[in-house]
Amino acid sequence: MYERHILICAGTGCISSGALEVKEALIEELDKHGLKDKVRIIMSGCHGFCEKGPIFIVYPEDVFYCGVQAEDVPEIVEEYLIKGNMVERLLYHDPVSGETHVSHDQIMFYHKQLRQALRNCGVIDPENIDEYIIRGGYIGLKKALQMEPMEVVNEVKTSGLRGRGGAGFPTGMKWQFANSSKGDKKYVVCNADEGDPGAFMDRSLLEGDPHAILEGMMISGRAIGADEGYIYVRSEYPLAIKRLRTAIRQAEEYGMLGENILGFDFNFKIKIKEGAGAFVCGEETALLASIEGQRGVPRHRPPFPAVEGLWSKPTCINNVETLANVPLILRRGAEKFATIGTEGSKGTKVFALTGKVNNTGLVEVPMGVTIREVVFDIGGGIRYGKKFKAAQIGGPSGGCIPDEHLDLPIDFDSLTAAGAMMGSGGLVVVDEDTCMVDMARYFLNFTRKESCGQCIPCRLGTTQMYEILEDITEGRGKPEDIKLLEELAWAIKKGSMCGLGQTAPNPVLTTLRYFRDEYEAHVYEKRCPALVCKALLQYRIDPEKCIGCRRCAKECPVDAISGEKKEPHVIDQEKCIKCGACFEACPKKVQAVEVLSEGLPELKETEACEGDCKCQS
Amino acid sequence: MSELITLTVDGVEIKAAPGTSILRAALANGIYIPHLCDHPDLTSVGICRVCLVEIEGRRPTVSCMTPVEEGMVVTTASEDLDQTRKVNLELLVLNHDYNCQSCDKNSKCQLQELTRYIGLDEERIKAMRKPMLDSPIDDSNPYYIRDMDKCVLCGICVRTCDEIQGDGCIDFAYRGIKTKIAVLGDKPIIDSTCVTCGECVARCPVGALVPRNAVEPTYEVETICPFCGCGCGMVVGARGNKIVSSRAVSGSPANNGSLCVKGRFGLSFVNHPDRLTKPLIRKEGELVEASWEEAISLIADKFGQYKGDQYATIASAKCTVEDNYVMQKFTRAVMETNNIDHCARL
Repeated sequence: MYERHILICAGTGCISSGALEVKEALIEELDKHGLKDKVRIIMSGCHGFCEKGPIFIVYPEDVFYCGVQAEDVPEIVEEYLIKGNMVERLLYHDPVSGETHVSHDQIMFYHKQLRQALRNCGVIDPENIDEYIIRGGYIGLKKALQMEPMEVVNEVKTSGLRGRGGAGFPTGMKWQFANSSKGDKKYVVCNADEGDPGAFMDRSLLEGDPHAILEGMMISGRAIGADEGYIYVRSEYPLAIKRLRTAIRQAEEYGMLGENILGFDFNFKIKIKEGAGAFVCGEETALLASIEGQRGVPRHRPPFPAVEGLWSKPTCINNVETLANVPLILRRGAEKFATIGTEGSKGTKVFALTGKVNNTGLVEVPMGVTIREVVFDIGGGIRYGKKFKAAQIGGPSGGCIPDEHLDLPIDFDSLTAAGAMMGSGGLVVVDEDTCMVDMARYFLNFTRKESCGQCIPCRLGTTQMYEILEDITEGRGKPEDIKLLEELAWAIKKGSMCGLGQTAPNPVLTTLRYFRDEYEAHVYEKRCPALVCKALLQYRIDPEKCIGCRRCAKECPVDAISGEKKEPHVIDQEKCIKCGACFEACPKKVQAVEVLSEGLPELKETEACEGDCKCQS
Repeated sequence: MSELITLTVDGVEIKAAPGTSILRAALANGIYIPHLCDHPDLTSVGICRVCLVEIEGRRPTVSCMTPVEEGMVVTTASEDLDQTRKVNLELLVLNHDYNCQSCDKNSKCQLQELTRYIGLDEERIKAMRKPMLDSPIDDSNPYYIRDMDKCVLCGICVRTCDEIQGDGCIDFAYRGIKTKIAVLGDKPIIDSTCVTCGECVARCPVGALVPRNAVEPTYEVETICPFCGCGCGMVVGARGNKIVSSRAVSGSPANNGSLCVKGRFGLSFVNHPDRLTKPLIRKEGELVEASWEEAISLIADKFGQYKGDQYATIASAKCTVEDNYVMQKFTRAVMETNNIDHCARL
């Protein structure tokens, strides 16, 4: 009989910060103190608070230690497990209130969350099917097998579940289409090709609760009449693939996968297809082409995959998070699921909260909470007391939401109306030190590189937009550029074949909508208000403050700083490469080096240039 | 034959067979919808996005991928469509080597046709960033030249190679702005499985694939390919008494619009100075020109001296089936031997 359970997070984040070493150290320490039979170690899935990893929770008391390293383990064992003294320094200290919290329920990051899809992540050992079953796993499947396929479809329709992959299409409707498509063979596909920069909700689900995905797929298979499923997962997720393989093997051993599942007349098998790294393969038709061994490029829809999908057979494609919700709907009933969320968006949504907030990580909130609650309550506000500027929602194809919309409820329709989109759930918070033009340029650079290159607007238009943005951030913007950006953006949105092109201009369109003055400052005045765009900055030394210590001159890599010792120094603007070394070198008490962006006269002159050449570069 | 479907395009009521795309139905009824990547011989893919149309009750979509439906109301031009198309085309023009004067496809180029129809906004093109066009010209193939700076990536060549020739030696390679048509390993075309059938060259809508030393014929003559016994229908173009071009005829019974490397690129032998046009007879070790009567009587004389296994025939693939039938009959019945073979044993 174990006295205690210790959960060590074994998600990719915590493993990178040393969770496996912590486990080894713990085994050794427990052995040393003869506690081997009294303490059980469980390697759990992701807790979402990866920034504070490795996470180490002691049950039954629910003591939440974070940032635990192997060398901390002897102290935890000796002080806490044996003597019962809290190891204060490893507890969570709230960066806003300064309070120290013992249990994870008290932490603001978790307090406002509602972990439904992530119900088992960080709770069970993902490599042990028994733990999944104990937590109610595979009950949803059993219920689905006792129902008629259309009853299952209707249950999902009643729940109001909408696809969590980006577009928010009602899942039940999709199932109904696939159900009513005629075909001797049908497929269920799980889209686990999570590609948005910074997003990792699908990975955490696959790593932390793989059986939920398998169960969701089987329920979908029951609903549409499929007997085979594919999980299309990025090969960059080796741990997720490993855990999926383990889960499939265990489910097969338990008779949860295979023939006559749970004694019903239902057969199902699941295969894994590893993606080769193309972002566009997250688009459903490109994904299917990739499974078939073709070049991963989208094709025209209709026909939709529900009618003509994998190998031209009716195919139902759902995102990981969508499938993770399905067993819950079946187990607890659609009505229960529908009690959470808003009128048009039911249930919860997982977000990868990153950027300039105090708490970053994976958060799951009920639909309808405001951006303010996510950023300031769960995220703990902006770092270093800076000012909130915008939240980029929906990944590289999403849009930014400025502070005047902080009270916008997070649901599919509100976000779309504001110019952003739910996307797969990336949420990047930016503060006043972020240049919105530069951010738009960053996202365009991502989408243009990931464009499949097939259709003209996306292939050529995104690069055209990127080059204009690059010029603007480097001081080569022309007065007509803002109009040109808008015209290009709309043509790309309307003309592109797939979701990638249709949404790629969103970051530019929303920043133009909410932060047009920043574009104008860059283009007309050649200055970057956020002091980010290097080409538009000037470093100057305030002669009043400069003490002539020569530190900056020594650090300058291009010898642009001159001045005698104990005399004020001067930066030669012609030579200066704006590396910022002088700014860093200037003693904190002196702070004579200042960064300005007041508009560069030499760049302003280029407005007269015809713009046919790239002479400025 | 199933019932025809009636739809309205730009206010004109037209009829089309079920399964026909709006684009092809409109074109067949004399209504032009600008398009680039669609080709009547090939499956449609909808990647150029030029043939966008508005359909009542739906979002704008490409007409090449949308099958006709009863009662459909289609608009092929509107302010919104024109703007989207125009920007699309301007991007294409900007990324295209626009030295039309020196291009073999000048005046036969689909990009020119689109530009004329859709028009360009000169101001906007001027404001756009111009790319560096510096792809090397692939002149490794002896019969045609590939200039990727002129390529519009319509994919017609890729589908032609795959669907018509069944070779599949080219495909889209790379991604985004770097996308191009390439052979396996991005090597020169000569190092691929290309059989130089020239089907792609014949279908390329722009100057990216052009025959080497192309000369415009002054007149054309419909004929049968002089090479093998397939009897492919073709149109030979000439200047004066000299053959300068050849192309396939769509619908011809033997080849339905296809030609092989020989028929398409191999007719220069006709006017070659080394070509034998009169029989030669070896007299005292020297080949001497002779008349046909003299040559045929000599052969008849010699044939009379041999019989059975002393004799063998090698027939030519250039002869028709009927010719070759007579040849084997002659070998077996007259020369009394089964020693007959054919040069097409390749």
